[in-house]
Formats: sequence, structure tokens, C-alpha cells
Amino acid sequence: MAKFQLKINGKQLSVDVDPSTPLLWVLRDHLHLVGTKYGCGAGACGACAVHLNGNALRSCQLPVSAVGTQAITTIEGIAISETEMHPVQKAWLELDVAQCGYCQTGQIMSAVALLKRNPNPSETDIEAAMTGNICRCGTYIRIKAAIQHVAKSSKK
Amino acid sequence: MEKANKNQSRRSFLKVTSLTGGGMMIGISWFANLIPNEAMAHVADNNNWVQLNGFIQITPDNQVKIFNPNPEFGTNVMTSLPMMVNEELEADWSKVIVEMGDYDTPRFKSQFTGGSRAMAMAWMPLRTAGATARLMLMQAAANQWGVPLIELRTEKGEIVHINSGKRLTYGAVATAAAKLPKPEKVALKKPGEFSLLGTPQKNKVGKEILSGQSLFTMDYQVEGMLIAMVIHPPAFGMQLKSLDASEALKMPGIKDVFEFQVYKDGYVKAGFDTRTFNKLIAVVGNSTWEVMNARKKVVAEWEPIQTTKEPVMARGGRRDEMIPAGLESTDEHLRQMHEMQKKPMRVARKDGDPEAAFKNANRVIERTYTAPFLAHNPMEPISCFAHITDEKAFFVAPIQIPEMMKQNIVANLDIKPEQLEMKLARMGGGFGRRAYGHYIVEAGHISKKVKAPVKLIYTREDDMTNGIYRPTYIMTYKAAIDENNNVTALHVIGGGFPESPLHENRFPAGAIDNYLAESWELPTNITIGAYRAPRSNFNASAEQSFLDELAEAVGKDPLDFRIDLLKKAKANPVGKNNDYDASRYIGVLELLKEKSNWGSPATKNAKRGVSAYFCHASYAAHVVDVTMKNGQPYVEKVVTAMDCGFVVNPEGAKNMVEGAVIDGIGNALYGELVLEKGATQQKNLNNYRIIRHREAPKKIEVHFVQNNIDPTGLGEPPFPPVFAAVANALYKAIGKRLYHQPYIKELNKQKA
Repeated sequence: MAKFQLKINGKQLSVDVDPSTPLLWVLRDHLHLVGTKYGCGAGACGACAVHLNGNALRSCQLPVSAVGTQAITTIEGIAISETEMHPVQKAWLELDVAQCGYCQTGQIMSAVALLKRNPNPSETDIEAAMTGNICRCGTYIRIKAAIQHVAKSSKK
Repeated sequence: MEKANKNQSRRSFLKVTSLTGGGMMIGISWFANLIPNEAMAHVADNNNWVQLNGFIQITPDNQVKIFNPNPEFGTNVMTSLPMMVNEELEADWSKVIVEMGDYDTPRFKSQFTGGSRAMAMAWMPLRTAGATARLMLMQAAANQWGVPLIELRTEKGEIVHINSGKRLTYGAVATAAAKLPKPEKVALKKPGEFSLLGTPQKNKVGKEILSGQSLFTMDYQVEGMLIAMVIHPPAFGMQLKSLDASEALKMPGIKDVFEFQVYKDGYVKAGFDTRTFNKLIAVVGNSTWEVMNARKKVVAEWEPIQTTKEPVMARGGRRDEMIPAGLESTDEHLRQMHEMQKKPMRVARKDGDPEAAFKNANRVIERTYTAPFLAHNPMEPISCFAHITDEKAFFVAPIQIPEMMKQNIVANLDIKPEQLEMKLARMGGGFGRRAYGHYIVEAGHISKKVKAPVKLIYTREDDMTNGIYRPTYIMTYKAAIDENNNVTALHVIGGGFPESPLHENRFPAGAIDNYLAESWELPTNITIGAYRAPRSNFNASAEQSFLDELAEAVGKDPLDFRIDLLKKAKANPVGKNNDYDASRYIGVLELLKEKSNWGSPATKNAKRGVSAYFCHASYAAHVVDVTMKNGQPYVEKVVTAMDCGFVVNPEGAKNMVEGAVIDGIGNALYGELVLEKGATQQKNLNNYRIIRHREAPKKIEVHFVQNNIDPTGLGEPPFPPVFAAVANALYKAIGKRLYHQPYIKELNKQKA
């Protein structure tokens, strides 16, 4: 066990865990941030996507010891305020994307990262950026439309 | 570390949140929310609620809560079922709170997520619940004002006295209303009078889902909870011989490692009691990662099973289920299935004189179709929370039909029926997998042993290799064609491990004068269960691929060919027990023909395929446009026509159909679980191929037949016909028919 100081969603949080523990399980088991989901543990489904310094990353593949002082953002940390959701979350609501909903927080984290580096992505850009996120319910068309909806609104 | 856990015995919490459009609403999170520092107004849920009936509660300040009875695995019953209640209740839908009901089937009449039955089962009771409550509220207001009931109307949660304009909120009279006798009869609105049903409504729990709140079993945490995992044999046909837990027990954070038996010897399994391995090893510890590490240190010896028989009491009465010894493989399954197809089998249906028709045929076409085992792979792997104490057996379970598990839990955990308490978590997908709740019993055993609250988690590998799969199937269609290009006879043989896919009374039965359907099954030790439109999902692919080939053989347009056959079945049905309505079937095909602009592809490179099917009480038909991208097929666009009767929530309905279409394309092209020496060769999502973003169509158009027939389901019906639509379009694109799923494998095999 070892103590780690983590910067998560703008707060300093400390945990005492095995250094090899993936960030995913630190978030879920130790910090009770359960919006980051476990889907495969192999970096193959994207359900556990979080941001490390603003870039989307699979938290199941990142040992907590490798995080250091880098800033982590989870789905719980992207809202504009306590009463206002992130524009990407709003688009997801507007287009009624979710079915079972389990993968959607990971989808949103990938989409937020994509739109940050590419505010006006083409269909191909979206497919490339999102193809690592599996949705078993098959909501891909709505996910793409929601991302395009955000891109269009931000242009106005 | 902040401790934000809430004890599971506390009731639900209300959480004040804001709608994105402004305006406040009360959102519900029935699990304690675990996010530290989030502004929460904890209000004990049952403080001021006045219960009008099992589905409706109202507070004096006019908050209205509607309970969704059915476990939610993504079909949006959390929205559509409460909509039915509220149509009649006439509360303000934008302010209505929706809450997942706990397991209490007597109260909710039915809690059944499966068979696409939610709409049909809820249609009368839920509207009646709404209408009954409304009438009681109106009567209470009438009593208070001293006016006759006929002078009142209701509007958005208020009762209005028409003449005077006086108003009372539902909340103001709820307490009085609850004391009134329940009206024996209430009138329900007719479809033309609906104001909420039939209008597109967004997911009532959308915000909770998208903000990552604790909704799923995987998310559930309580103080003192331990994490458990189970280790099962490395292959079907194997069992635990011995366990050495000594090294694993030394690992940090580990509380216990032990073997246990899931079902008692001689336990008579009911229809949904299917389980894989009866002897498992449990590894229990403080945290997921510690348990994952410790399980690697478990030393277990495995041995081959002997052929056994397990008693089953299910459809068709009590029987013994044969579990054969041996390590099975996909290659051997295929070999045996092809062998079986050559023999005469059990006759399931016979019309006319098929032998004579085949003898006199001008031409005979015969084709054989196969499909592999499929793993459900819901995004949330299997999990269950259990806390068994002397007083009660408490579960948070992702389970499709909780009532079906009751006798199993009671019998195998030695608890009294009245000790059972179960919260029904939102499920991260199900597709049939979560109808089989053996994991509830597993979690119960573990909690009993360690005497603590336990969350059992399957890893993705556990979920995929310890599955209850879609069976592997084969089907052969044979048609007799006369010199005038009439189809005079049809012979279908279906079989599989361990069940046949055959639906002998489905179309084209009823449209063919001479018809023979035969069926067989062989035992296997691979566990199988319902998978989105069981049997239909393969039956449709074979039948609708064959009809396409038959249409071509007799020189007819494939869509018109189907319509012509159905017209014949409508005018002059052959045989008895045809289990489809030819008129509605024709209706979806005609709608599809019109909306797809059949005959002209969407883009000049695309090739089109058509397919239709009827199952689970709804009719579905698709036209898919396929292009080839770097030698690989890509479904670019799909046009769908559906007849599911009255469409309760068009937005949710469209989403369901889109999802089923994408799932169908993915499974048709990529889905397979291969077995070698009893072990699944796919163990995680890196080699079990599920359709991804870039493989999904750019566009899916969904059109509904407009009618006022009582609603039926959408979870399954759009799925089965996708497979053949893809195969039929692929034929046009590459000039070759594909018969064996997954099609991409056959395609690439042919190329090589």
C-alpha cells in the first residue's frame, strides 16, 4: 500500500492503495466516483474513459502510481456548475441518446475530449475518435448526432 | 478518504436538481448518491407520500410519483410505463417523479422484462391504475366542495370545478382520496383522446444516467461491503476437483477464499434457473483490485465431468436435462449438425402432400444455413449485491424477471420467502442474459459464508466465458418449383445444440400448399438461454435469405414475392395455427416499399436487400443499403417499417429500433463465440467483435404503421430480420450468397 495525492475534478484527494491499482478502481472503490464504468478491464470498450490533462484515456489501463500530479477529470467533474450540465451532456439529453446508459458516461468523456481538440469534427473524425467506445445497445447514430449538435451550437 | 456511503436499508432519497431548460424538478436517485460534496437535499422518501395505489404516490404539496414496475435494461420502460399511468392520472408529466419499484410482484401485478412484453402486459393495468387514482382524487374534491363529480375535470395535477373555476391540487385531496373505496370500474380513454401517449417523450432518468450517478448494481456500495469474484472451470465439461487457497489467502485485503455449491443436489430447476457450473470458488476481499490479484494465486485442479441428468420443471412439465460429458468444439458441432440434417426428424407440421410435390417438381432448390453461439456481452458485466442476515436476505439485483427467481433463492439459500427483499437495479444491458439469476444465488451464498454485505462482480472474462449463450443452430430449406415458376412445396429442417430454432407455424407456412417442417436437437454441456428474440433471431435469417433466393429463382422482385405469398396466405390460408396476421405483415412490407423507395438505392454504389419478420407480437421489415469499403461490407443506410400497434413513446420507440438494427448488423457480420476443447476462444472485447461506431450505418429511418391496435413490443421484433436483409444486400454487392454467420468470416474465407 502507498499513499497517493490525486487531483480529481479540481480537488485534492488522497488514497492509500496498492500502487498497481488501476485508476478505474481507485475512482470506483476508494473515491466512490462510480460514473466511470468497468466494461472490460482490457482497454477495449471505452466505458472507463476519463481525462488526464484534458485527454481521454482508459482508466482501467492506468496504474494509480503513474498519475502523479496530472489533473484527472471524471464524468462527475465536467458539469458547468452544480445546476448546469456540460453542453455535451445536454446534447445527449436533447437527442435522447441513452438506452441502458452504462457506456454513455464513457462515450461523453470521449466526445468532450474530441470536441476540445477539434470543435468542428467531420463524420470521419467522429467515427475515428469514438470507435474505441462500444455501445452494446447500438446508440451510435444518436451519439454522432449529439456530437454534431454540440459542434453546430458552438459555431453560432 | 471521505465516507459517503449510505446504508442500504435506508429508503430512497430525493435529490433536487435542475432541468437544463431552466425550471426545477425533483429527480430521483433510489440508490444513495455517493458523490461527495454534491448538493443534496436528503428527504426521507416515505415521509409524506400518500399512496393511492401500488403505482401512485402523492404528497400534500402535490409532488406526484409514479412507480415503474418493470426492471429497466435499456428499453426505456422507466419512461413509457409511467406515461401509461399518467395519461389517465393527468398529473403534470414534466413534474412527475418516476421511481423504479422494488421487487413486489403482487403489488405491481407483473414485473417482467423479456419477450418484448412490457407494453402489452402493462397497457390495461397501468392505465387503469392511473384512471382509478384520478377518479378517487376527483371524488375527494367533489366531497369537499359538495358538488357532483360530473361538474369536475382535471388538468395537470389539479381538479377544476368547471362552473366556478375553483381549483384543488391532487396533493390537497390525496389524503382524503386514499381513504375512499376503490372504484370498481373506470372508463379508460380511447387512443384519439390521448394527450401524452403517442407523443415523443425524453428519458425520465436521462440526467441521472448522463451525470454518472449510482444507478447500476456495479455502482452499489455500502459501509463494510466486501467484493467477491467467482472462479469457474476453464472449460465446459470440466468441474472443480480440488482447491488450494493458501497463497491467495495471504494476499493483501483478502477475507476468504472457498469453494461452494450454487444449487443443492437434486434441486429441480425452473425455466430461468439455468446456471453454468455448480461448484465455484469464491474470492472475497476489501476491494476489486485486491480480489483480482488474489484470484491469480488460487490453485485449483479441474477434472472432466461425467454425463449427468439434472431435473428441470419448465414448459412441457418435468423432465431430465442431459448434460453430456466431453470437451465440445465448434467444428464438431458443425459436423454433427450437418450430419443430422440428412436424416428424417420429428415432424412438427405437415400440410398437403410435400413428397408428391417434390417428386413432381420441375426444379428443387436446397440451401443450408448455420449460426454460431453468441455471448450476450451486456456492457455491465454480471454483478449482484447480497446481504444475508438472520433477519433478512437483501439483494440489489439486475434481474429481468425477479418473481421467477424467488423459489430458487429461497430453496438454495435456505431462507423464508418473507425474508427476501430485492431492489431492482438499472441494468447495463440484458438481452436475455439477465433472465438467468444464478448470480443472485451465488452472491447470497458468499454473503452467508462471510457474514457481510457482498458485491459479486464478474470480470468481462468471467461474463463471457461463464455465459448462458445463444445456441448454435442449423436450418435447411428446400423448395419445389413447377414449370410455371410456382413454388409448390417447402421443406424445412431445423436443429441445434441444445434446441431447435424452428417455428413451424411462422410464415411462409400458410402460404405454401405442400409444407413439411422437421425439428431436432442434440444435448450439449454448453449452457444456453434466451438471446434477443430467441430462435427467431436465427430462424428469420435462414427463412428470409431463402425467400430472397427463391424469389430470384422464380424471377420475381423479392419484396413483391413476399407480398404475393402473404396475399395468398390471407385469401386462402393453408393449414392451421398460422401464427401471424397476413394483413399486418403485408402492411409493413407495403409501408417499407413506399418509404424506402424500393428499387432505387440511396447512393449509386449501394446495393439493397430486403427482409421481414414477425415475432413477439410485432411486425418488422428492413431495407438495407450495403457498400463495399476496402473489400469489407458496410451497411450505409437502413429503412425500417414496424407495426407494433399504437406507439406509446415514438422517441423511445425509434431509439429501440435503431439499436436493434445496429445490433443485428453487428451480429450478422461479426458475432461469434467459438469453442475449442470446451473453452470459448473469445474471452474479452478485444477479440469478441461487437459493432463499433465506424461500422454503424450513417442513417436509419424508422417508420411505424399508424394504427390503434393495443401496443406490442419493440425490444426484439426489429432484430431478427436484420440478418437476412444484410445477407441479401451483400449478395447484390458481391454476387455470392452467404449462408453461414458471421457473414464476414464466410466472406473472407471465400476470398482466401
